[in-house]
Amino acid sequence: MSDIVIEANGLTKKYGAATAVDRISFSVGRGEIFGLLGPNGAGKTTTILMMLGLTDISDGGIRVLGFDPAREPLSVKRRVGYLPDTVGFYDQLTAADNLRYTARLIGFKKAEREEKISAALDRVGLADFADKRVSTFSRGMRQRLGLAEILMKGAQIAILDEPTSGLDPHATSELLAIIRGFKAEGVSVLLSSHLLERVQSVCDRVALFSAGRIALMGSVAELGREILGGGFVVDIEADGAGLAERLALIPGVSGVERIGISKLRLHADRDVRPEAAAEVVGSQGRLRYLGVQEPSLDAIYNRYFENRPNEELAMKDGARHAA
Amino acid sequence: MRREGSAFQGIGVVVLKELSDHLTSVRMRVLEWLVVLVALAALYGAIQQIKDTTAEDPFLFLRLFTTSRDPLPSFVSFISFLVPLMAIGLGFDSVNGEYNRRTLSRILAQPIYRDALLFGKFLAGLATLAISLITLWLLVMGLGLLLIGIPPGAEEIGRSVIFLVVTIIYAGVWLSVALLFSIVFRSAATAALVTLGIWLFITFIWPVLAGAVAQAIVPLDPRYTALGLQTPGTAEAEHFLARLSPSTLFAETVVAILDPTTRSLGPIYLSQLQGAVLGAPLPIGESVLIAWPQTVGMIASAIVLFVIGYVIFQRQEVRA
Repeated sequence: MSDIVIEANGLTKKYGAATAVDRISFSVGRGEIFGLLGPNGAGKTTTILMMLGLTDISDGGIRVLGFDPAREPLSVKRRVGYLPDTVGFYDQLTAADNLRYTARLIGFKKAEREEKISAALDRVGLADFADKRVSTFSRGMRQRLGLAEILMKGAQIAILDEPTSGLDPHATSELLAIIRGFKAEGVSVLLSSHLLERVQSVCDRVALFSAGRIALMGSVAELGREILGGGFVVDIEADGAGLAERLALIPGVSGVERIGISKLRLHADRDVRPEAAAEVVGSQGRLRYLGVQEPSLDAIYNRYFENRPNEELAMKDGARHAA
Repeated sequence: MRREGSAFQGIGVVVLKELSDHLTSVRMRVLEWLVVLVALAALYGAIQQIKDTTAEDPFLFLRLFTTSRDPLPSFVSFISFLVPLMAIGLGFDSVNGEYNRRTLSRILAQPIYRDALLFGKFLAGLATLAISLITLWLLVMGLGLLLIGIPPGAEEIGRSVIFLVVTIIYAGVWLSVALLFSIVFRSAATAALVTLGIWLFITFIWPVLAGAVAQAIVPLDPRYTALGLQTPGTAEAEHFLARLSPSTLFAETVVAILDPTTRSLGPIYLSQLQGAVLGAPLPIGESVLIAWPQTVGMIASAIVLFVIGYVIFQRQEVRA
């Protein structure tokens, strides 16, 4: 298991009597996109700050790339890039100058500095704005500049706190594309967000936070099966005589539901798309759409807390403390 | 539990960045013009006054700094008034500005300690103030040479250089105050108001209040009052209280340095005057000795204020 880059063990943070983060344990592998999801004040940012050695750890421990952030913060911060919630830059400086300042703080030599800065700005699509003052930048451009900083740093782990909050859909998808680019380079990404469905698409695994605890952890599909009571939902749009009856005979299909003109919904205990397609073709029908419904994180989250009203109360309580 | 690496890693980068921010800022330009214009006015008054004086004076050049002509105060009083303003103007938003721009957590996520950021900000502020004050000093010396036409002696140069150094130290005290409140208050406006309020209190109200408080602690002795003298205990208490204010310390230091005839900065007993040639100047070393406790007091208060701010900053949460 040398490919674990972040490992938290019983990590706890207390502010006086209030517990912001309560004995959480998780691990993130190399090249994985891991989502810390949950409502505001659930302890996501506090967890991130402990990971960077920017706030004290009350109990438990965390290793980042094998380093202890409380004792070796410089080693951690040299290798980890951090994009804070609503990142800020020096408005009177240009985008390149802002990165130059960070590059000097990191300790890059002058020659490699310029090269890395222009490469990073290029990657996030800000090359044309390198010499523009940041005061003229939109929110999405600032977030991208923050990602450029992480790219320039050559970080092995990118920690992104609410990277998509306050962005329009276009800027969000641009940002998510850059985040997928990190994964392609083997950079692990730790992503925090309260917007579940926006980040669902990029995360390999997620941890759902509630009141300082990790309520659920795993891939979205796993969680869906576990919480939504298993089962795949396959939507199909096709014509063909007696199609509904034929589909119902596929092994594993527990029900067929008519949801519109020549639109059917199959409930099954496994992914039955190949068999369904074969049936349509076999009956000389015309297949127009075939898709499996991904379980939605929102649904998982809501279902999970429906079943545990006490915890939801605790969660609201926790949110109040953090606010 | 030892931390890895040096607390000062990256401090040079922070100093250079802050210095360039200060020197290019509009705020600094306004402060510089304010100081230069006011100083020129004071200097003009002093030179007029000196030209009218025909008496021989071995320290004519130092009179440039201390002479005043109505209605303008002397150069030194202007400086003691404006230097704190400059320092506060530079420092009041140094830390909370980073919070409000939301740059603090991003900068602290780089491989540096908070120490480097705070030290860097202080040193850059001090360097900016030093650059302005040295420029001002050179300006005064040059104008003095041109307008009086008498070159300063070695001792005059020495004394004016010491005055310059002491002024920079005094600026450092107020920079520490401003930095402390920029750490304590998240709002820059609150920090500026509180710092200015404290400056007003310490500079203008405290000296007056010190006398009243001293009389409350050690009541006046009617026997001394009848003779028209100060009660020694009351005078000592008043001096002690007044010296809690850095502006008193600065004023006393400046008097000792720029006026070579100053023999003591507190009450003088008759026994101390035995054998003294009144009005005779002291050598520069003796003057420095007289001003030494005050100077050390200023340095110490700057350090203490900085340390308080440092401790608070280390414990602060970085999230905005």
